[in-house]
Amino acid sequence: MSFEFDTIAAISTPPGEGAIGIVRLSGDEALEVADRVYKSGSKKLIEEPSHTIHYGHIQNPKTDELIDEVMVTIMRAPKTFTREDVVEINCHGGVVAVNHVLQTVLQNGARLAEPGEFTKRAFLNGRIDLSQAEAVMDLIRAKTDKAMHVALQQLDGNLSALIRSLRQEILDTLAQVEVNIDYPEYDDVEELTSRLLIEKAKEVKASVHHLLETASQGKILREGLATAIIGRPNVGKSSLLNHLLREEKAIVTEVAGTTRDVIEEYVSVKGVPLKLIDTAGIRETEDIVERIGVERSRKALSEADLILLVFNQSEPLTDEDRDLIKATNGLNRIVILNKMDLPNQLDLEVVEMLVHDDPVVKTSILEQSGVEELEKNIADLFYSGKTGEKDATYVSNVRHIALLHDAEAALDDVINGIEDGMPVDLVQIDMTRSWDLLGEITGDSVQDELLNQLFSQFCLGK
Amino acid sequence: MNRYEAGKYDVIVVGAGHAGSEAALASARMGMQTLLVTINLEMIAFMPCNPSIGGPAKGVVVREIDALGGEMGHNIDKTYIQMRMLNTSKGPAVRALRAQADKFMYANEMKKTIEQQENLDLKQGIAEELIVEDGAAKGVITNTGAIYRADAVVLTAGTSSRGEIIIGELKYSSGPNNSQPSIKLSESLLENGFELKRFKTGTPPRVNASSIDYSKTTEQPGDEEPHHFSYDTSDSAYLKEQLSCFLTYTNEKTHEIIHRNLHRAPMFTGIVEGVGARYCPSIEDKIVRFSDKPRHQLFLEPEGRNTEEVYVQGLSTSLPEDVQVDMLHTIEGLENAKMMRTGYAIEYDVVSPYQLRPSLETKRIDNLFTAGQMNGTSGYEEAAGQGIIAGINAARKVQGEEPIVLKRSDGYIGVMIDDLVTKGTNEPYRLLTSRAEYRLLLRHDNADLRLTPLGHEIGLVPQERYDQYLVKKAQIEGELERLSHIRLKPTAEIQKFLADKQKAPLKDGILAIDFLRRPEVSYRELLQFAPMDVELPKDVAEQIEIQVKYEGYIVKAVKKVDKLKRMENKLIPENIDYQAISGIATEAKEKLAKIQPETVAQASRISGVNPSDISILMVYIEQGKIAKVEA
Repeated sequence: MSFEFDTIAAISTPPGEGAIGIVRLSGDEALEVADRVYKSGSKKLIEEPSHTIHYGHIQNPKTDELIDEVMVTIMRAPKTFTREDVVEINCHGGVVAVNHVLQTVLQNGARLAEPGEFTKRAFLNGRIDLSQAEAVMDLIRAKTDKAMHVALQQLDGNLSALIRSLRQEILDTLAQVEVNIDYPEYDDVEELTSRLLIEKAKEVKASVHHLLETASQGKILREGLATAIIGRPNVGKSSLLNHLLREEKAIVTEVAGTTRDVIEEYVSVKGVPLKLIDTAGIRETEDIVERIGVERSRKALSEADLILLVFNQSEPLTDEDRDLIKATNGLNRIVILNKMDLPNQLDLEVVEMLVHDDPVVKTSILEQSGVEELEKNIADLFYSGKTGEKDATYVSNVRHIALLHDAEAALDDVINGIEDGMPVDLVQIDMTRSWDLLGEITGDSVQDELLNQLFSQFCLGK
Repeated sequence: MNRYEAGKYDVIVVGAGHAGSEAALASARMGMQTLLVTINLEMIAFMPCNPSIGGPAKGVVVREIDALGGEMGHNIDKTYIQMRMLNTSKGPAVRALRAQADKFMYANEMKKTIEQQENLDLKQGIAEELIVEDGAAKGVITNTGAIYRADAVVLTAGTSSRGEIIIGELKYSSGPNNSQPSIKLSESLLENGFELKRFKTGTPPRVNASSIDYSKTTEQPGDEEPHHFSYDTSDSAYLKEQLSCFLTYTNEKTHEIIHRNLHRAPMFTGIVEGVGARYCPSIEDKIVRFSDKPRHQLFLEPEGRNTEEVYVQGLSTSLPEDVQVDMLHTIEGLENAKMMRTGYAIEYDVVSPYQLRPSLETKRIDNLFTAGQMNGTSGYEEAAGQGIIAGINAARKVQGEEPIVLKRSDGYIGVMIDDLVTKGTNEPYRLLTSRAEYRLLLRHDNADLRLTPLGHEIGLVPQERYDQYLVKKAQIEGELERLSHIRLKPTAEIQKFLADKQKAPLKDGILAIDFLRRPEVSYRELLQFAPMDVELPKDVAEQIEIQVKYEGYIVKAVKKVDKLKRMENKLIPENIDYQAISGIATEAKEKLAKIQPETVAQASRISGVNPSDISILMVYIEQGKIAKVEA
């Protein structure tokens, strides 16, 4: 369960917009948490005066990995928004870095803020007057419902199944430990030794660790969602690219093959970071399939998390178009029928049949129509968990990732405890914690679960 | 029946089982004129089921009762026939003391204590009607027409409440062990608007010891090393002549007999309506639910020194009497056993515990308290733990003092009462260590350190004992301080000591306290290198060892408790209208209105109440405060 007054953190700038993002911390330990990740010579934020701003870097204290160059504002209670100690980390690196900074503080003692929690604290600490109380309550309710909805949406079926099976494994182990404790004379259950417990902890930890490593959101937040825009020459790929970039960096002409610029760029579409890959292929006159051959292009394409396949709907479907469809079958694909401002020549039904159930969006990038729908489709794909690592279970939600990290740390505590010679019933505390944390991801933390397991698994008497 | 005025008391306790005995003694010891009225004076603190006290979690409760100034610990220390420390191979949080009791001596001894207690009157009688005036309990009327008036009433009627014994096809109205049941008190409670439900429990047959062939069983003797429940009992009082228990098993033949007679088992024919506990299943239940198990353990436990009766632990049953006899005779060692008492199931009324405050006062009627099995628990220790709290709070209510509420981090008693009033229970509730999230803090070795100051403050722990507590505390702190200042040099002795244990030698000096943190070093061994002038008592040494070795885990747990304190201290105003709070989910509104939590922390533990509901509730409460100030 979450404690009402621990130190909380969240991104306080709107998601996906703007190059600068702010991670805000509030609570008794805000400065301590910040100091764990803030590096600037030997400077300690906790020793600095209130309401000052400091230059430095955010660094992962475990790996020493440098995350971003930042300006940090420290404000001590009570003259702050929440009337608690507040730290604001201004990140320079845009959406990817902000998320990374947030994850780093979450791994170092802060908890992800509930929706509306900063405002709630401001109120509870007497910062907001009575007239605003109703509004605060509405805010909490509205944001919580939405957040829960989104979190559930983002919970991939494979992931929840995997986590449930990990929890079941932990639960079986816990039940055995508990039976040993509460029914010491019950002879039908093997005494669960440290050796068995450490094996189990290591096993589960490896799974959690793998999950985190392959967590595509983690990867995507660091690297962006690898996105390839493909299509025949002059179907509007560069216009689309420019629209996504919202600046005229590529040169666009009516003559096929006039794209020249080399751009490797991150863009943010409704908060989803995209890394546009192999855009050279767009800008050179030939398309990738033609340039590097079908087999190799298939491989290149398969590394993409998302394919934006563009057709010119004012021309009939060509063999080249059909090849592109074939080359991208089975990948995460959005089909774009561009140039809707021109008369239709393309047989829509044929295209829809060829691309199976993949989303098809009609656009006129020239007239800016349909692009909103396209962006929505990209965001939907991302949040529904369909994009990301192939064949890997997918963790997309910052909250889920933070919980997995905590669960991994708890399992580390189990392993270290046993290695330090601690008795089973003590390390079991950390084992239980890992089980609770995983349960928070799937929403399965039912307190009586353990007792139910105990009584259904063992026939208990004395 | 002609009624008459029979006397006026401060507190009346109804029922003298384990809950009632503690409640009455606590109230009287706090200076309240107290009446204890019970159906049968021969059954004071009687054990109608197993003849034992303690075990995991339960044993800690006995020590908590003792630290608060209760009687259970003293009483068992005077009357045990066997003492065993369980879980000795495990960590300190789960070690547990259990005693086999002489159940007749236990009851006699408690009766004597009660009889000799100042301010306390003990009377035989059946309380049939509750006197309620202006929404507050004002006394009881007995079956003989006696009207006893009081300012507070504690009900601890246990399985007597409309009790019905079931043996096979037979079902009859009875209290435990064929005592008289209490019928009209339940009716009086219903008339006063209480919701009651039916629970079921059971007990195994007793057999004559001289008819048992013990050579076919495994002996389980008591411990040589002295242990006691009460912090007052000295090691020199430890009983050397203990009686053994014996282990035997059911077998295929036993199971076959049960299977053949399932159609006569009240559990399955529908005669039993009450809800039984999963952790204390009857033998027929075990065999049906765990059909793949070829045998079940049975413990043969003497019921006392001056009796041949032996309790067959593990064979609880409500099968017909003839089946019970057949079943017994299939068991190794019991082939010729003579059954003296038949096993039975008993159904009884329970006050659904959501109707109670954490003080154990009912929400519906002021100055009325309920405790023990009546609140849905099972077990003597659970009953006694509630009894002492109900007795204390009844006395405090009369004295105009705030109630005592133990937090979950204060003791197992706190865990139990919070579970009952916050979550309720669908089966007889038994304490288990896994119910306590802070079990590392709730150890049996530190119950005195946790609760003696409170016991002293409320007037139950005498000054002398409180002084002993202060000395112990000072000794522990002093020794921890000393060990933090002694630096051990890597002398030849230390290196040899480590080498003997196949550990790496010291490279540098080390603080004594850090040396003790190593799993291979015990406090006793440490003393070779950091000698003391006077030897510390063994309970002090034990505390040093535990507090140093497990400091990391203890500190973590304490931190968690501290964090929760802010929520524990946030009180929810009484009579809050949850329906009027917009934003709280419908399910949460209903639960909150039913349970009426007293603190935000308690509210957060109600199932179906989400963190966002708690957030909104907190904002609402805060809003109310501001509104009051502004008005």
